[in-house]
Amino acid sequence: MRIHPRYTQGGVVAVLGGATFLTLMILIFIIVFILEKGLPVINLNFLTNIPEDMGRAGGIFPTLIGTILLPLLAIIIATPLGIFTSVFLSEYTKETKVTKVIRFGTDCLAGIPSIIFGLFGYIFFVITLGLGWSIISGGLTLAVMILPTIIRTSEEAIKAVPKSYREVSFSLGATSWQTVKKVILPNALPGIVTGIMLSIGRSIGETAAVIFTAGSSLRIPSSIFDSTRTMAVHFYILAREGISAENAYGTAATLIIAVLIVNLSAYWIMNRFIAKRS
Amino acid sequence: MNTKFHIHDLSFYFNNTIALKQINLEIPSNIILGIIGPSGSGKTTFLRALNRMNDLESGSRIEGKILFDGEDIYNSDYDVVALRKRVGMVFAMPVPLPMSIYENIVYGPRLSGVNDKKRLDELTEKSLTAAYLWDEVKDRLKTSAMRLSGGQQQRLCLARVLAMEPEVILLDEPCSGLDPISTAKIEDALTELKKEYTIILVTNNTKQAARVSDFTAFFLMGDLIEFGNTGQIFTAPNKIETNDYITGRFG
Repeated sequence: MRIHPRYTQGGVVAVLGGATFLTLMILIFIIVFILEKGLPVINLNFLTNIPEDMGRAGGIFPTLIGTILLPLLAIIIATPLGIFTSVFLSEYTKETKVTKVIRFGTDCLAGIPSIIFGLFGYIFFVITLGLGWSIISGGLTLAVMILPTIIRTSEEAIKAVPKSYREVSFSLGATSWQTVKKVILPNALPGIVTGIMLSIGRSIGETAAVIFTAGSSLRIPSSIFDSTRTMAVHFYILAREGISAENAYGTAATLIIAVLIVNLSAYWIMNRFIAKRS
Repeated sequence: MNTKFHIHDLSFYFNNTIALKQINLEIPSNIILGIIGPSGSGKTTFLRALNRMNDLESGSRIEGKILFDGEDIYNSDYDVVALRKRVGMVFAMPVPLPMSIYENIVYGPRLSGVNDKKRLDELTEKSLTAAYLWDEVKDRLKTSAMRLSGGQQQRLCLARVLAMEPEVILLDEPCSGLDPISTAKIEDALTELKKEYTIILVTNNTKQAARVSDFTAFFLMGDLIEFGNTGQIFTAPNKIETNDYITGRFG
């Protein structure tokens, strides 16, 4: 029996719309749930005071520092490496078996659970290189963890730049590097920034890889060779050890707001950049 | 008359399919050469061999020689970047780069290290005027080139090539997406430009070749069937295939 297209059309709209609605509801539920429990805890003292009694009382100031420093270090290390690699793979090599293997390798790396990176960071940076539990160990580990994501998203963004732009640039007497600098990177930038944003989000929220490499010290670090604790780790410890559910939610809410601020400012900067060019 | 390009037994392969078969041709300077032929006859491949744009495709391979002012451009130590500055190209679809009109025009000169603002302004006015576009855009050089109409974009692409001050201009069906008025403007520009440049024009429109070119080459299935004076090709072709094509029996 043939169903009239009008009815299948209606059915599809219901299914697609329903899926979208459900996704949105889950997202809103999580955020409202955390913020409802966490927001009442957050005030200026909570953000600027040092934790007391393992975090039962006091604020979360040192974990704010850790949460800023670790992802920052990771991004500073991984972004140039990742972009250079993706530019090399997409613009300076022809598609061969070797590039396919490299691409497959980065895809696999991107899918590895973070705790494996934590273990690697612990064995390599903390023990072998003797960096100890420190911001530098944690930053390097996070950099290794997000590198595959940055490479793959940058490469996709670079590939999405129309081939005709490259041809025009070459036909006007540009070298590969001039083409990359003047045409490819500016046009791939929105995609590259998206990849970096995803990576910042991932490293801000990371616990497993961080706890193994940066430790969980609650002191304010005085150098990058000191141990630190990020908000995500703080939340994990507060909740896991049953120290303070109240402060755990406060930390979680701060974390969500931090990610939101990072994303919004990145989009704002990007939109200004795009508006300037068109 | 000087010979600009000297093509010797040129064969071209993409992977293992042959795209051009043993082409022999001499292209004099300061003329317009029209290249006609049905789709897939190797016109574009031939054109892109002249500024080595085919290098960008993986699996391309060349046999024979192309001499440009007597030098073999496929010689391993030949400077491709310098070649492309001397042999400019306009593509079938107008491709303005996503930047302002002005930035599009000075893209080539800037690459060559011209940074003097006055000189760049001069080049912009001169090349836009030669491409019959100056009057339409002179008040909005800083706006995005993407906002121009298709016909204006293609003239911008021509002006962008002229700003490099090349010796040869290759045009790959530059009017295929344009209306008759824009086409006429481009053709007028080309007729003016041949005083200073050598122009090689690939076109699917045989009438266009008859209108603007001094010499015409007819390609079919990768072979150069006939080359000669445009007048002779269109009135008394030597080969039956040429006659069939220009009278519209196929293609």
